[in-house]
Amino acid sequence: MSLRIASSPHQHNQKTTRQLMLWVVVAAVPAIAVQSYLFGYGVLVQLVLAISTAWASEALVLMLRDKTILPRLNDHSALVTAVLLAVSIPAYAPWWLVVLGTAFAIIMVKQLYGGLGFNLFNPAMAAYVLLLIAFPVQMTQWLPPASLQQHALGPMDAVCTVFNQASCQGVTLEQLRLDADGMTMATPLDTARTDLTMGLTLPESFDKPIFQNDLGVGWFWLNLAWLAGGLLLLQQRVIQWRIPISVLGSLALCSLVAWSINPDTQLSPVFQLFSGATMLAAFFIATDPVSASTTARGRIYYGVLIGVLVFVIRGWGGYPDAFAFAVLLANMTVPLIDYYTRPRTYGHKTPQERP
Amino acid sequence: MHTNYKELATQGLWSNNPGLVQLLGLCPLLAVTNTVTNALGLGLATLLVLLGSNLVVSSIRNWVPREIRIPVFVLVIASFVTAVQLLMNAFTYQLYLALGIFIPLIVTNCAIIGRAEAFASKNPLLPSAFDALMMGLGFAAVLVVLGGMRELLGQGTLFDGADALLGPWASVLRIEVLALDHYFLLALLPPGAFIGMGLLIAAKNAIDGRRQRKQQVKTEITRARVTGTIV
Repeated sequence: MSLRIASSPHQHNQKTTRQLMLWVVVAAVPAIAVQSYLFGYGVLVQLVLAISTAWASEALVLMLRDKTILPRLNDHSALVTAVLLAVSIPAYAPWWLVVLGTAFAIIMVKQLYGGLGFNLFNPAMAAYVLLLIAFPVQMTQWLPPASLQQHALGPMDAVCTVFNQASCQGVTLEQLRLDADGMTMATPLDTARTDLTMGLTLPESFDKPIFQNDLGVGWFWLNLAWLAGGLLLLQQRVIQWRIPISVLGSLALCSLVAWSINPDTQLSPVFQLFSGATMLAAFFIATDPVSASTTARGRIYYGVLIGVLVFVIRGWGGYPDAFAFAVLLANMTVPLIDYYTRPRTYGHKTPQERP
Repeated sequence: MHTNYKELATQGLWSNNPGLVQLLGLCPLLAVTNTVTNALGLGLATLLVLLGSNLVVSSIRNWVPREIRIPVFVLVIASFVTAVQLLMNAFTYQLYLALGIFIPLIVTNCAIIGRAEAFASKNPLLPSAFDALMMGLGFAAVLVVLGGMRELLGQGTLFDGADALLGPWASVLRIEVLALDHYFLLALLPPGAFIGMGLLIAAKNAIDGRRQRKQQVKTEITRARVTGTIV
């Protein structure tokens, strides 16, 4: 028996980066399945494009930096970035959008800062914001859920649409976005927002076909699927509860207060929690081990900050959904949060307790 | 005193470039470089001001008391900026409108007062003028390269609106390199300027690093004392 002297922590779960990242991908599978079922197979095409771009750009930069390529590709962090970006952008966005975004995420946001573990910002979200700012039209072209679509799109059509912006029969993306009344469909969050600016109250807006039982059609199921994946990650201890709970809790609390004051103009907590990217961001994006806060208390502050920012930006900002901006803004505060929430070392006193 | 003009030229254009190395005058550098034309316009305006201020500062350097030299330099620079601004207002009105506040802001461009203080106030007329020319050209070159990068990525053209700077004939200079369906807004917006500038600085450092490594290799090979022959 060997008695080796090792530094603490002495007890830790034995997961490698590679295993953690693979768990994240596995946990994303149910949501990806739901998304491709409800919103079209385009998301699978986007995934293939994103993953191949991510691997190619990671290998390119590693080659330029004279690093060994395979061990670093094998940690699958690029894979996770690609998956998260591919599910965030509209399923039928043009192919160059996701290629550009993934390359930016890997090369600029991750590798230029020094690679995995050194990036200040969440690569997927930084790339999402880049695309949203640079190509606002393409980035908001969400198709309505499949049950409301006028044209059924098969798997081949998905490929055609991503590459040509029209299905194989030549139905353009613009036509695909129309509903039975010839109105362009937007996402539930976007619709609610636009209707509010047009003077409608939310209950009036909820009569539209994109809503059902005061929730967005399809988006509710999608968020449930992300929630299931998130719970799997929690169960596997890939992520800890502090960030997701504080993100969701603060968002729910803020919207509960606002909603009870004025239910006509404020979205209900349930709607906030189950629309847009809420569950995806709370469990998969905000918990990025590199760009999130690393201390126990800091993680709670970080999560609360994201939740409050999302509530504010969704309510009064310029874009319908807000998680990318909120996560990036919170990423910026992480060094400060970590500095002020350093845990007490065992056997030492906190600064307040010191005489 | 013998002045090394070659040294001045490499200093201004490369090794001590105001944009890439001193990082002075970043405000206009980042703000107006969304097209080559704007960049060239501001680069030329800065070059003219720099040349004028260096000439005047150098010629009055023996009569200005040390204690009040900075206010005097600022006054000199401000006069030249006003003159350039009026000239641009008169002859290149469209460009004058496009550059807007950044023409009067040349006064606060640290590259100019930096050269006045560090070089022109200590050197005779001719070297000062040459230094101003090289520094101005170096600054303008960075502006134009950055402007070209951003215009190419952003709207796929080069020299768009060159007639605003050079007169009506120059509209033939406009080149449509890439026919883009969609403008890449990011390149035209401020973040594009920051990212582009970072890439330019990185490229310069990479070139310098490679050159240095080559020189090191050379010095390693030359042997100080040869005691025998290697077969």
